Formats: sequence, structure tokens, C-alpha cells
Amino acid sequence: MARKTGGNIKDLLFERTTGGFAFLVLFLAVLLFAVLLRESVPALRKFGASFLVTGTWDPVLEKFGALPFLYGTVVSSTLALLIAVPLSVGAAIFINEFAPPWLKAPVSLLAELLAAIPSVIYGLWGIFVLVPILRDGFMKPVTKTLGWIPFFKGPVYGPSMLAAGVLLAIMIIPFILSVSREVLATVPQRQKEAVLSLGGTRWEMIRIVIGQHCLPGIFGAAILGLGRALGETMAVTMVIGNRPEIFVSLFQQGYSMAAVIANEFAEAGGLQLSSLILIGLLLMLVTLVVNLAAKRILSKMVARASRGI
Amino acid sequence: MKGLFCLCAFLVVLPLFLILFDLVMKGAKELRWTLLVDLPRPVGEPGGGIANGILGTVAITLLTMTWSVPVAVMSGIYLAEYGRGKLASAVRFAVDTLTGVPSIIMGIFAYILIVLPMKRFSAWAGAAALSMIFIPVVVRTTEEMLRTVPTTVREAALALGIARWKATLRITVRTAWPGILTGILLAMSRIVGETAPLLFTALGNQFWQSRLDQPMAAVPLQVFTYAISPYEDWHDKAWAGALVLITMVLLINIAARVLTRQKR
Repeated sequence: MARKTGGNIKDLLFERTTGGFAFLVLFLAVLLFAVLLRESVPALRKFGASFLVTGTWDPVLEKFGALPFLYGTVVSSTLALLIAVPLSVGAAIFINEFAPPWLKAPVSLLAELLAAIPSVIYGLWGIFVLVPILRDGFMKPVTKTLGWIPFFKGPVYGPSMLAAGVLLAIMIIPFILSVSREVLATVPQRQKEAVLSLGGTRWEMIRIVIGQHCLPGIFGAAILGLGRALGETMAVTMVIGNRPEIFVSLFQQGYSMAAVIANEFAEAGGLQLSSLILIGLLLMLVTLVVNLAAKRILSKMVARASRGI
Repeated sequence: MKGLFCLCAFLVVLPLFLILFDLVMKGAKELRWTLLVDLPRPVGEPGGGIANGILGTVAITLLTMTWSVPVAVMSGIYLAEYGRGKLASAVRFAVDTLTGVPSIIMGIFAYILIVLPMKRFSAWAGAAALSMIFIPVVVRTTEEMLRTVPTTVREAALALGIARWKATLRITVRTAWPGILTGILLAMSRIVGETAPLLFTALGNQFWQSRLDQPMAAVPLQVFTYAISPYEDWHDKAWAGALVLITMVLLINIAARVLTRQKR
């Protein structure tokens, strides 16, 4: 009996110890919020809500507004989604529906490798390969013929909102692709067969099944990709041009929330530091909301699929 | 229509080949022995390497893992084996939250908590920032892997009269261990390549540094610094450094995958 009691005490000790570590993780998450909030108070006090709509970023006059960075983050991420979602969904359809079975494993592996490349390497490749290609092969010809459209106005330097959007698209494609493939795989075989048996072509089958079944899931995949794109730092910093101004033209330089933190944080102090931390807090809250939304949409999708609807 | 989907798939995998091709072509140019064993040299001087960065990356990664692995695995055990109460759901929510936080935010966190009080950039701060990325990922995979162990295994162990803590450690955790190790390696391959959280924590260093309370070099930081510099010969160094970095990342990544395959 004594031995058993000893076991119970040890069991309790073990549970408490592992619980202690789990509590530590919770504590770190709370601490993260608390610390960022505390340090951004000076900027919050000084600027309040006007921080979000002010376009000046002047360390000399100590006047700080986050608008150019918000704008850059939103535009570059949106651009990335516009490129990445159709491509990923198309590729997912190809892999799941048309590709010979032996092709599936290598393509998944390639997508996973793409996801494993560090973002600084994407940035390096962006600076020396992607930007020159986009500048000479796309931006210069387009601005020559369609330069009257505000989005395509010159002058063309290379580093630009467009370059950031394209690079981000390449980076988030693996995530959107793998989630889209999972979503497509949840379509019951019966449903596909039903469409085909009614005389539908394969294309009609894809259109109907995706339209009926997969849109929420693909939306969730896109939101998940958005969460990645919003917080991406190094690659964007290296190709967006880092100019704290707002241009309508996608060929002009921009700046993003993460990029301004990366560039200015190490040398900042006082109100500038506090403003940068406030930008960080905003970025964290936005990605948090986006990620939770994606999770909710996708788990609903999975629940529906498991009920076989 | 099929052609269009095929084109999408082609465009999706094309960048990977382009990136790997450029990395090998441009990186191999500067890739020689001195790169791996020499200190960086000033602009214009031929030769020089990123040896201090390689050492720094290894040091910071190991430092991160020494405290993050126990914390993460123990938390994962708690969530999988005892995780039914309020604490567990709060921890799960925290882990989900932390996984989605952009990595640069973890740099800010470590800066405020460690760099400001110590009044200097340090390897400690870099490792602290990386832990915040490493821990949530590994907690999650540990919990998932432990959940794949059938309840019957646990019951069999308990039925033999083994104490629960011992059954958990010796049987459940051991059964799931290859999966947990895979998770640890995948998380490791991620923090090896992380740059943003190190920018204002470890900061980087031109020289050898063995003290952990001093700024320390790291390969990703060197790649970044060289890449955005205006000098041609530093650009070559950036490519070579990137080749070294991707080799480290992919080797760890592949090791993780081989491990999973063996498990099956």
C-alpha cells in the first residue's frame, strides 16, 4: 500500500510539474501582450487614434503616424492574395483531379520545401533576380503603354509594391496550396460522381463541386495566407523600397509595418521606439484576428465534411 | 481547361527551381573553404568568410533549444495527458495565438525584456526571441503526436501496475518520440533561418564572440547585411551565405522527414 501512495504523490508531482510548464507557456503569451502594450503607452498617449490616419513619419520632429505602413502592408498582402489564390487553387485542382498519382508526392514535397526556405533567402533572390525581371520585363513596358492608368504610373525604380506583392505571393503559395488540397479532398466522391452521371463534364463537375462545397474552405485558406503575408518581414523589407509615403502606383516604392520595425528598431529610442512598438502591437492584433478567423472558417469546413454534407 | 490548371501547377513550382538554381549558381562562385573558416573581411579585401556567423547560428540555436525543448515537450505532455481543465484550454489558445504572431514581434519582446535591462544586444536575447517561435510549434506537435498513441497502450501499462507518471514517460512518450523529434527538428530548421527576430536582439558581430552576453553573428543576419549593401563582392558573399544557410535548413528538414518515414 505504501508503495502505491508513493506512486500517487509522484503522479501528482508529475502532473503539477508538466502543468507548471504549460502555465509558463500561457504566462509568456500574456506577458507578450502586456509588455508590448505597456511600452506603446507613450505613443498611444501622444497620438491616440490619429496614429492610424497620420501620414508623417518624422523622427526629427518626433511626429509619427502609421498610415503609410498600414497602407503598404494591406496593399502588398492583398496583391499577394490576388496572385497566389487563383494559382494555388488551380494547382490544387490539377494535382487532386488531373495529375497522375505518381506526381502527387513530389509536388507536395516541392511545395513543402518552398515553405521551408528562410525568408531572408526569398529577399535576396527578390533583390537580385525577381526585381530586375519585373522591372525590365513587366514594369517598364507596361508603364510605357499603360502609364496613364494611376496604378501603373512611373517612374520605375525596381523595388516596389508590386515586387513585394509578387514575392509574398510566392511565399504564401505553399500554405494556400496545401490547405486548398485538403479542402478539395473533403468533397465526397459521391457528389463528384453524381455530377458526372448526370452528364456533366469534368469541368462542370469541378465548377459545381467547388462552387457548392469548397468556397468557404478556399476562403479560409486565403485568409490563412493573408495572416502569413501580413507579418512577413525580411523579404518585404528587401524589395518594397522602404519609402514612408503613399503612392497609388504599384510600381512605386512603399513601406510596410514589419519593414519599418526591422529597419528602425535597433537605433530608435524614446517616442520613436514607442511608436514602433505600437506598430508591432497593431500588427500582432491584426494577424491574430485574421488567423483566428481562418481557423474558425476551416474548422467549420472540416466539421461539415466529417458529417458528410 | 486542364491545360490552365496544369499551367497553374507549373507556375507554382517554378519559383522553387529558379530560387534553388540561382542559389547554387551564384552561391557556388564564392563557396570555398575560407568562407567556412574565416572571419568577414572589410569591403574590397579578397577572401574572408562567415565562420563567426556559422558558429553564432549554431550557438544561438542550441541555446534556444536547451530550455525550449523541455518547456515545450513537458507542456505538450500536460495538454495530451491531463489537458481537460480550464488551464489546458487557456494554454491551447495561447499556443494557437503565439504560432500566428509574426516573428519580428518576438524580437521586440526579447528587446524589451532582455536588451533594455542589460543595456546591450546579446546572444541571450536572440535565443529568447527564437524560443518564442520554437516553443508553441513544439507544444502543438508534441500534443498531437501523443494523441496518436492509442489509449489501449496507456491502459495496458496502467493495468500492469506501472505508476501513471512512469507509464507516461516510459511508454506513451517513448512510443510517440519519433514524431515528437520530427516536430523538434522541423521547428529547429525554422529558427535556424529566422532573421527578423535577431535584427535587434543578437544584432550581429564582425568578430568571434564566445560570450553569450555580447552581440553575436548569425548566418541569416550576414546574408541580410551583405545583400542590402551596395558592394558587388558583398553580394557574392550574400549568395554564398544563403547557400550555406539553405543547406543547413534543408539538411535538418530532410533529417526530420527521414525520421518520420522510419516510424512508419
